[in-house]
Amino acid sequence: MASPRIWLAWRVGVFLAALAPLLFWSWQVANNAAGPEPGRYLLLNIGIGGLWLLLLTLSLTPLTKLTRWKGFALIRRQLGLWTLAYATLHMLSYALFILGLNWALLGSEIVKRPYIIVGMIALIGLAVLGATSNKWSMRRLGKRWKPLHKFSYVILGLVLLHFFWVVRADMQEWAMYAAIAALIMATRLPPVARTLPKLRYRYSR
Amino acid sequence: MLIKIAKPSDLHESDVTPESIYLSRRRFMGGMAGLGAGLALSGHVQANADYSDVPDGDAPAWLKEKISETQWRAVTPSNPDNDKIAPFDDASGYNNFFEFGTDKGDPARHAGSLQTEPWSVVVDGEVNNGGRFALEDFAKPSQFEERIYRLRCVEAWSMVIPWLGIPLADIIKRADPTSKAKYVRFETLVDPEQMRGQRSSFSIIDWPYVEGLRLDEAMHPLTILAMGMYGRELPNQNGAPLRLVVPWKYGFKSIKSIVRISLTEEQPVNSWQQIAADEYGFYANVNPEVDHPRWSQATERRLPNSLFSPNTIDTLMFNGYADEVAELYAGMDLKENY
Repeated sequence: MASPRIWLAWRVGVFLAALAPLLFWSWQVANNAAGPEPGRYLLLNIGIGGLWLLLLTLSLTPLTKLTRWKGFALIRRQLGLWTLAYATLHMLSYALFILGLNWALLGSEIVKRPYIIVGMIALIGLAVLGATSNKWSMRRLGKRWKPLHKFSYVILGLVLLHFFWVVRADMQEWAMYAAIAALIMATRLPPVARTLPKLRYRYSR
Repeated sequence: MLIKIAKPSDLHESDVTPESIYLSRRRFMGGMAGLGAGLALSGHVQANADYSDVPDGDAPAWLKEKISETQWRAVTPSNPDNDKIAPFDDASGYNNFFEFGTDKGDPARHAGSLQTEPWSVVVDGEVNNGGRFALEDFAKPSQFEERIYRLRCVEAWSMVIPWLGIPLADIIKRADPTSKAKYVRFETLVDPEQMRGQRSSFSIIDWPYVEGLRLDEAMHPLTILAMGMYGRELPNQNGAPLRLVVPWKYGFKSIKSIVRISLTEEQPVNSWQQIAADEYGFYANVNPEVDHPRWSQATERRLPNSLFSPNTIDTLMFNGYADEVAELYAGMDLKENY
């Protein structure tokens, strides 16, 4: 079972699953199935997709504790990098499709609009984590690596705040994501974190 | 000693436009080069052949008859090359109508559940001639006109849409406002059974959706009550069977599926103002110089657009209708009264 080939297939499968939505949305745009404002369609979908990826990435640690399945730990870095990729594409969609690559406008918007400032900080944070997710950085950072990457919790908060400020009339969707985020963060509370592995034994018996 | 100087923007009873002046303004408007051709008799017989690819609706007989007698192209953009009419699919498939959901596609998906027939509208408040009116009786005495207007959403996108309807002033005159009437307040239907968005327990909107206009804005000849678009009746997602269209204001002022029109002495609080007064004011005049707190209003994306040509154009003061409406706001600080 521990065949490296299966793990490779699992990682490739996850890669394709993360890529698939981007291909699907591009296909919709190419076939005029994305509405009269395809740029905004991409912007919003990629943004939500990025949030999904961030939540998935952060759920891998508690899932590993709960199941001890090696597969979850194996794709953590990949999903983290996918989160960064989606966040980058989200920002690029904004600059390209909404602002029409008007850099001066981008500059003034970044300074003026709190939700964009928060979004940019989250993106920069993800970029730092992405850049330090390789083995060399892990060695260099040593004990500091883990605390640094716990900033992903802060980034999750920033992303939800960014999203919150965009909502105009109905909180339902936001509340759903916030609840999932709260659940995932709750698994990090020491008493809960200690209980998770025990739950596993209870289930396996 | 206190000397009270009336601001030019203060309303007086005399501000209610007398019918004779109102009628002459309509003639004037129709003749204006800026708004193109077609008053009264000239364009009367032109068929709605332009909309042959628009799917037929299911209008009641009385509405079909009204539509067939429409005065086509009564108001058109001065530069039709710049202001091309949006495809029907886009105008009917990309909507904000939070009674049916917050996604742009939700209204088209879910508004089919709305029963638009029979429909009645209550006219009440400071009027001598109020009551509940069947939509049919509402429409019958007035001439249907086609008005091709720019629609500018507060979200910084815009479309050009051919509406069919009657001047709101017709309705208000028939209601015979009292001397106390200063504002007009509108209400959308509340019926969670038919409107799934109203069932959401996370909604910030306190139903019913409410909008309002100053009486002179409501009486302005550009302000219409629409009952159709693209040569047919309104699709439900576009506000069937009766909606307001105020082309120099952001789209959210143009309230949909109206069930109540009240003349009031006090300025009504509109729904968006109630939710976020710092973002959406009572006036909501299209104004490139006053940003929404979260985005600039200096430009707009004219839809449909494509990925690499966002079709960004400069937003015009009062959405390009400044010549017609600027006088309504003479002396007002539009940054203050946004």
